[in-house]
Amino acid sequence: MHKSVSKGMTRRGFFCTAGAAGLSAAVLVGIPGQARATGIPELIAETMGPGEPANERVIVDAPPKAENGSTVRIPVKVDHPMEADNYIAAVAIFVENNPNPLTARFEFLPAIGAVEFEVRIKMAKASPVRVVAKTNSGKLYQVIKQIEVAEGGCAG
Amino acid sequence: MDTELGNPKVRGPQEAVAKGSMVTIKTMVKHPMESGLRKDKDTGQTIPAYFIQKVEATYLGQPVMKAEWTGAVSRNPFFSFNLKATATGPVVVTWTDNQGGTWNDKTELKVM
Repeated sequence: MHKSVSKGMTRRGFFCTAGAAGLSAAVLVGIPGQARATGIPELIAETMGPGEPANERVIVDAPPKAENGSTVRIPVKVDHPMEADNYIAAVAIFVENNPNPLTARFEFLPAIGAVEFEVRIKMAKASPVRVVAKTNSGKLYQVIKQIEVAEGGCAG
Repeated sequence: MDTELGNPKVRGPQEAVAKGSMVTIKTMVKHPMESGLRKDKDTGQTIPAYFIQKVEATYLGQPVMKAEWTGAVSRNPFFSFNLKATATGPVVVTWTDNQGGTWNDKTELKVM
């Protein structure tokens, strides 16, 4: 039975299934060092510092629906000066429905001139994607963008 | 599935740019970016985590950006960032994975 099911699966189906199995197991057992048992706000506090992020200044111009969950474009721009004593020191990307929400964290120095970058990430399924920016003095800004993942996409 | 590893690329504008203007630096490195969450269906074994963990960029020999990535960054990761062109000199990007593999490449920024 198991064999015949396997035979019928496409290569893509195999990878998605394998990914899904891995993800479920990860959710059940928890990932050491990741605050899955606690909420996203706690995870943000842990990685970006305390405080309620203000919903401004961070712009994520990602398409609302990703065609392929293994490659989701996340273009990030932070509308904030990059001056010696007033700059964006860090940006983190949290995919709230991924087993490990913290996907990437970036640190910047004023010499970069502006915070505008693009990274490509994996998404197992539709999720709010939250991008949080922190100034050198610890003030937090964020944007939360819902990104759908077209059928057939998988986190890989 | 392509098994190529490394082949780091850092690209900036070919032509000289005006001092103070913003330029886009595009980077890519070949890497499987295994999250450590996938299982091999035949053996049932977890495929070990194997991903780029650190990325660092310098301009004119000074750090401007560094990143910590996880296995949820896409395979063969593309990454681009903007940079303020202040003087002619190199932009160097270095990637390091969780098993100690490291790659770097650079582009020479020409500023008028």
